[in-house]
Amino acid sequence: MGEFLEFDNVSKSFGTVRAVDTVSLRIKRGEFFSLLGPSGCGKTTLLRMLGGFEKPDCGRIYLDGTDITDLPPNRRQVNTIFQNYALFPHLSVWENIAFGLRVARRPRHQIQDEVARMLTLIRMEEHAHKRPHHISGGQKQRVAIARALINKPSVLLLDEPLAALDLKLRQHMLLELDIIHDQVGITFLYVTHDQGEAMSLSDRIAVMHNGKVEQLGTPGEIYEAPRSSFVAAFIGDTNFFEGTVREIVNQEYSRLAIDGFPDVVVFNDKNMRCGDAVYFSVRPEKFRISRERRALDDKHNVIAATVEDIIYLGSHTKYWVRAGAYRLAISRQHVRFLLDEQPIRWNDAVWIWWHADDGYMLERYSEADEHLMQVPPAAVGENSNGTTHGDAH
Amino acid sequence: MAPPMAMHTEPDQNRLSPGRPATRSPDGRSTPARTTNAEVLVTAPSMLWLLLLFCVPTVIVFAITFKPADMFGGIGPGWTLQTLRSLFNPNYPAIIWRTIWISFVATAICLALSVPMAYYLARVAPRWRQVLLLLTIVPFWTSFLIRIFAWKALLHPEGFLKQALVFLHLVRPDASLLYNAEAVLLVSVYTYLPFAILPIYAAAEKFDFGLMEAALDLGATRVKAFFNVFLPGIQRGLLNAFLMVFIPSLGSYVIPDVVGGPNAEMIGNKIAQRVFVDRNLPHASGLAALLTVAVLLPMLLLIIHQTRAEKQPPTMQEVA
Repeated sequence: MGEFLEFDNVSKSFGTVRAVDTVSLRIKRGEFFSLLGPSGCGKTTLLRMLGGFEKPDCGRIYLDGTDITDLPPNRRQVNTIFQNYALFPHLSVWENIAFGLRVARRPRHQIQDEVARMLTLIRMEEHAHKRPHHISGGQKQRVAIARALINKPSVLLLDEPLAALDLKLRQHMLLELDIIHDQVGITFLYVTHDQGEAMSLSDRIAVMHNGKVEQLGTPGEIYEAPRSSFVAAFIGDTNFFEGTVREIVNQEYSRLAIDGFPDVVVFNDKNMRCGDAVYFSVRPEKFRISRERRALDDKHNVIAATVEDIIYLGSHTKYWVRAGAYRLAISRQHVRFLLDEQPIRWNDAVWIWWHADDGYMLERYSEADEHLMQVPPAAVGENSNGTTHGDAH
Repeated sequence: MAPPMAMHTEPDQNRLSPGRPATRSPDGRSTPARTTNAEVLVTAPSMLWLLLLFCVPTVIVFAITFKPADMFGGIGPGWTLQTLRSLFNPNYPAIIWRTIWISFVATAICLALSVPMAYYLARVAPRWRQVLLLLTIVPFWTSFLIRIFAWKALLHPEGFLKQALVFLHLVRPDASLLYNAEAVLLVSVYTYLPFAILPIYAAAEKFDFGLMEAALDLGATRVKAFFNVFLPGIQRGLLNAFLMVFIPSLGSYVIPDVVGGPNAEMIGNKIAQRVFVDRNLPHASGLAALLTVAVLLPMLLLIIHQTRAEKQPPTMQEVA
């Protein structure tokens, strides 16, 4: 133990579906921790078990050294912000925020002071007497936060809290959440399927898949060094290659054989042997693209390709190029005037290259996840345009 | 799924408000709220029905109160306040009081039984919900009168229920289960219970049970969550159920007549006696009018209160 919040080999099944499968997690005090994954990955079930709404089939949950696995929701020092906010429609904003203190039978003057403080925190003083259906989505969100925080929980659970908001408001609320987390300093456990939200807010992220924690790390680690093809595909855009290990060059680098390519050099972060079949991935922004072949050192891989599509995205341009059997996504900052070259056009023959350290080998995946590999890179890339937040970290 | 469910929407009175969708033109722009010809045509039959079969008879009943009775059970010429004066008969306050308390207690018991039932119905698996809802309305397939007489048979000194209770030493052999106010109350609750369950279930079914979780999450016990969140959440259903039970029960005639006897008469029995025994139509009308006023006045106050409550939020914003 020793950690503030701990899931110890927690499992939960619904019928034959194993929603959460022997998950162990340790979360630090004051941390902004995200559970990230597609719908059905078990992240919400994990959150609901911490909230006390589901009981794990086996495993224990500890909060601040105490086993809370069997406590009912109202006796846990955690509060939840529900996806649809679950504000009480028959109560005003003020009464909603005061609910927790009222059921705890706190003295009237204390309730008044605390609610006033919360209303200031969420900047809703002038809306205190409105009913929930008279305020906007973003305001409801803020009321839900205040209502949960007023109980001074040890952990604040946020269940996809921004899913119901439009893009602009979501970006605004991301900032607000970050500020509130800094102000109150309590542990946030944030559940989302949106990698952008998780990336921009979290200290650490647990990527979940099929009820298991697929990878645990800081946003930077998860983006830059995805452990599996699932994580690589789920977080940001990426290009997958399939090959076999031809040669272990040294401790750091290996040489891979890929159909239709000259051999490529990759960083040796997995335990590989000669002849192993492997996947490896390169993020679109790690590629360089040019009409002229560059003379580069032996840690760069240079490949000939043909431009098939160019998508101008404002902040950057996305190129789809054909190289051997692969259609690759490449993104590059949009620079209008380059000194040394003509702009790249459709059907141009180009050279693409990347540094060996920017390609990552991925664990060969189970059969259940074969579909990830079947998806052509084009489709994988399209699921998350403009979400390369990882750059910022 | 839909056909049996259609039953319970009937008592949900707030769904009956007509006209809203028609004020929107087909392209989705809302036009100024103006009654169109089509709307008039569509509402006309029901308006006519209400006017001819509800409003006009009510006015006639009120009017007859102020006519003298003739000797042959009819209405004499001219106008008089004679009937109004005779309503201050010293027998009436006791009967009116009994009518009100039996109706009120019956309504309270119906609501108290219906709320947990509706809560359960809204939470149970849909398959079972269908079965239970069907069971709720099954009694309607038997004639109301037959069911009341069945109760009489059950409660009768030689009846099955009476005998069973005596056998179990729950009542004394000489105790009377029939012909008292308690029997009227029991059969009233039996009769009106479905009318309370259905509107409350309709409200509970729409209730967001996530709110209960939110209440628990914020530290409320299950009991507190039930009273502070669930009951306010279904208040419209409770109100509808109250009206659906209380009003018909005020006008009960058959139940007190069959299982009540002379010691448990309600105002409905008095009205019937004035018509069939005394053949005094103005007096019967007077009592009926009294009952109508007693029902309409609280409803009117309620409607005024509700419309005011609906207009409340904007004004409160201005205050804040």
